[in-house]
Amino acid sequence: MVERGAPLRFDLAVIAAAIGQSHSGALVLDIGCGDGALMAALERDAACDARGIEIDAGLVERCVARGLSVVQGDANIDLAEYPDKAYDFAVLSQTLQTATRPDLMLDELLRVGERAFVSFPNFAHWRTRTALMFGGRMPVTSALPVSWYETQNIHHVTIDDFRDLAKEKNAVIERSWFFAKERAISPVGANWRAEFAVFQLSR
Amino acid sequence: MNTAVPRNSYAIPHDLPLDSGQPLVGARIAYETYGNLAQDRSNAVLICHALTGDQYVASEHPMTAKPGWWDRMVGPGKPIDTNRFHVICANVIGSCMGSTGPASEASDGRPHAMRFPVITIRDMVRGIVALLDGLGIERLHGVVGGSMGGMQALSLAANWPERAGRVLVIASTARHSAQNIAFHEVGRQAIMADPAWAEGDYYAREARPDNGLAVARMAAHITYLSEEGLTRKFGRRLQDRDATSFSFDADFQVESYLRYQGSGFTRRFDANSYLYITRAMDYFDLAQEHGGKLANAFARSRNARFCIVSFDTDWLYPTSESRHIVKALNATGNRVSFVELSAPNGHDSFLLPHEQLDRVVHGFLNG
Repeated sequence: MVERGAPLRFDLAVIAAAIGQSHSGALVLDIGCGDGALMAALERDAACDARGIEIDAGLVERCVARGLSVVQGDANIDLAEYPDKAYDFAVLSQTLQTATRPDLMLDELLRVGERAFVSFPNFAHWRTRTALMFGGRMPVTSALPVSWYETQNIHHVTIDDFRDLAKEKNAVIERSWFFAKERAISPVGANWRAEFAVFQLSR
Repeated sequence: MNTAVPRNSYAIPHDLPLDSGQPLVGARIAYETYGNLAQDRSNAVLICHALTGDQYVASEHPMTAKPGWWDRMVGPGKPIDTNRFHVICANVIGSCMGSTGPASEASDGRPHAMRFPVITIRDMVRGIVALLDGLGIERLHGVVGGSMGGMQALSLAANWPERAGRVLVIASTARHSAQNIAFHEVGRQAIMADPAWAEGDYYAREARPDNGLAVARMAAHITYLSEEGLTRKFGRRLQDRDATSFSFDADFQVESYLRYQGSGFTRRFDANSYLYITRAMDYFDLAQEHGGKLANAFARSRNARFCIVSFDTDWLYPTSESRHIVKALNATGNRVSFVELSAPNGHDSFLLPHEQLDRVVHGFLNG
């Protein structure tokens, strides 16, 4: 029994829609699943079998309490214990920039999942650029709301950086989505214009 | 120790095969139930008790008159809600609260004593499965166990994978470590070194091996607590005195507490049962039962959902042991949740009030 929750965050909504459109019943691993909003939606609307990893015990408890299967752990370490290609999809939403080694994390995503979804805040958005250029300080914006000394984002990344990394890792970008002010925008000039990006990849 | 007459007792209508090869003949299982069984028999939840536990999970203990050992968890409106679930809790074989154990009469009319066969965790579960057969319950909604109860839950999931839909394992392990075995051996040696133990043949005698059993309990009790918990509860505070007595009286509160725990235990527990049950726990190694690989143990349990819970101050069955189980379940693609809860009181935390634990238990069984 999974309750109807608040509407999904914009990046999770496109991931849920992408999986639901053509892969209902898929086995999904949500890495850094938080309170399990995406997992719950996938199980409710797309008959998926969703599993999660989450580092925060309080969030894991909330997931278990809503009937989800979530393992408390550090994805940087624990993903290694998951078998190859055991999942149809591996999801990493707004977590890549917090990984100790985002490049290795991407490898792991594509190892455990047939396909991967990655979403992250784009550090090259024009507002971030102007804040750094004219303010001379690490930007604090709506997309990156936390000061440099307490942010969990230890590897800021841009859309073009990520495209390069995917290429380097021989990952195919199958689909991509871009957002500004939580609304979808066209891919033209996305590295300037998008606050957030979602990529669907395979290898 | 006195023996109590159990309220409900099931006579297993066949010999119970045991891992040792020696079957248990004429075994009885004492049990308690709470809440109504649904017409389709789909709402049964089995609770497995720990080493010195019993079937009185949520009802007054007939010998100590204390509330059930998990009274705070099981009952109407509680995390394991008896308004919704039919809860079954059975005394394990080898124990002394009504199920067949070393203190029970053998066919010659005398107690089995050390003639009782050495049993395993899987044997305990065989006994419980026989009870479930007798009660007509083919598939449990869930099985829940802490500590040794968790071992039984894992054993049920591994060996009777179709019998439980949800498997909740709290503060437990899939194998006894060298340290676990070592502490148990101290306890057993304390009992067997007591002259009143008399090779286990003390039932007709005046004296019982109470001193040995009390020491065993004292040693074990330390492993159930955390250093932080002991320090907070007792520190170096003295017991009913202003200065140390330069004697071997219980000067310190912690000594007095352990002595109280030890002597109280001898009034409700049989020394031979303690030997047999600790042995069963020491023999427990779920991987070894399944070709040396824990993942193999769960290969047939795909239809069950698992939830593993550990406590950060539990050094008896530490979080690493729970993670070991989770890793095996992940390797076989089983549905598993795992959470390490924070609690100051070590292994015993699973029996103590803990709101997060309540929510996890309730959510896992109802979700």
